[in-house]
Amino acid sequence: MSGLPATPASSVPVLALGDVLLVTLQGELHDATAEQLQDHISHRIAHHPVPVGGVVIDISGVEIVDSFLGRILAEIAANARLLATRTVVAGMRPAVAITLVELGLTLPGLVTALDVDRALSLLGRGPGSAAPAHPEGDA
Amino acid sequence: MHAPPAPTARLPIASDADLAWVRQQVRQAAAGLGFGLVQQTKLVTAASELARNTLVHGGGGHVEMTTLEEGAARGLRLSFVDNGPGIRDVDLAMTDGYTTGGGLGMGLSGAKRLVQEFTLDSRPGEGTTVTVTDWAAGLPSPRTGAP
Repeated sequence: MSGLPATPASSVPVLALGDVLLVTLQGELHDATAEQLQDHISHRIAHHPVPVGGVVIDISGVEIVDSFLGRILAEIAANARLLATRTVVAGMRPAVAITLVELGLTLPGLVTALDVDRALSLLGRGPGSAAPAHPEGDA
Repeated sequence: MHAPPAPTARLPIASDADLAWVRQQVRQAAAGLGFGLVQQTKLVTAASELARNTLVHGGGGHVEMTTLEEGAARGLRLSFVDNGPGIRDVDLAMTDGYTTGGGLGMGLSGAKRLVQEFTLDSRPGEGTTVTVTDWAAGLPSPRTGAP
């Protein structure tokens, strides 16, 4: 994509895939970077040239989610919802899911999918359907 | 039978970059001791919660990592030490959902559930030390999980 906003090198890129914003988290995420991402996504939703049809956060490359990152994920989804956008967290590793439950953090407000493809399907942008500009809300 | 083992590493906890470093080092040590993936993930997550407490509530401090050996059993002990204000009401601080730091209040109580052994020593005005110990799975060491 073009015209990436100027952000520090350590930040997490937010890619536009049709009208969906795709965020891929990988490896060690510093607290400040996660907080920065939260702001960045809200801005992107508010200022995107076309209405954003959804946000997919791919955490398949994340080895641990502690209560801090869990809270950030939940807040990103809550922010997006208030900005009329759905969020799907994709690819949580089984060990991370087991740990979160034992930690007491079941994040009931978070929509999840096993991988990015399924997350896109949940948002009505399956591999078959070329991403439409507007969600048709078929449910 | 043997003197207390000397810490194998002492890592500062003074910034969120240090938190990432602590997670990385704990992961590496746990993997080296033969911890399974789920156990590694739980221990690293607990370490992340406790290190963040040291930073946010204790005003910073350090963690001591000690490799343990008892017969064939191998374990990892982590002591998170700060000289902060201490915890006035430990029982309250250990309650799910109780928070003074703007988080979700799962740090202490959650971390305790993620490890086999957990001790908390806090003196108001002097500081807090939280020590957790995990043993590689399949060992005779009793599991002391939730209270």
